[in-house]
Amino acid sequence: MTKSELIARIAERNPHLYQRDVERIVTNIFDEISKALGRGDRVELRGFGAFSVKHRDSRVGRNPRTGASVEVSEKAVPYFKTGKQLRDQLNGGDDGEGDDDAS
Amino acid sequence: MAETITRAQLSEAIYQEVGLSRNESADLLEMVLNEITDALLKGEPVKISSFGSFSVRQKGQRIGRNPKTGEEVPILPRKVLVFRPSQLLKARIRQGHAEAARAQSGTPGASQNAPST
Repeated sequence: MTKSELIARIAERNPHLYQRDVERIVTNIFDEISKALGRGDRVELRGFGAFSVKHRDSRVGRNPRTGASVEVSEKAVPYFKTGKQLRDQLNGGDDGEGDDDAS
Repeated sequence: MAETITRAQLSEAIYQEVGLSRNESADLLEMVLNEITDALLKGEPVKISSFGSFSVRQKGQRIGRNPKTGEEVPILPRKVLVFRPSQLLKARIRQGHAEAARAQSGTPGASQNAPST
């Protein structure tokens, strides 16, 4: 499913909304998440998952082709952790508790 | 300091942007998450351009170890959700991070990985 298919599916279920508005809503959601991560904030959507920013220290990497070592500077990368409910759903179960992670 | 954004702030953003009622904004956010979940449960990957893609990966069984006791325990085959951020999202985060580092140290260009943008 692509973003435009997602928009089409939502629009189909909401005939009272203009497709253009559905498009703005869907775009807005992902923009807000991106913006929050850009600020270094975390986005937690219970049941679905949590987006956060992880820091990677600088390290010495290697050019795989030439073997030359290069300094890879410290950076921040996006990270997604699947929510417990979704993780359970993926594995066909609703095996209630048993995990310490609530996100 | 880093804050945590939840459904409340996301639906507030929809409310501000489109002018639907707060209730309907919250419902639409939920609907979007549900559509994504449904697609993933069907094994369908979800690709959101300029954001990233979600896909389900099947993991085989392997032997794990209880790190506390050293005891071997089988980890059963399972499905995991993988999120691959888009280049754009990665760049945005790298840039935000570099800017924050610069602001903190107060010396422009203190961070060696200042993006060229």
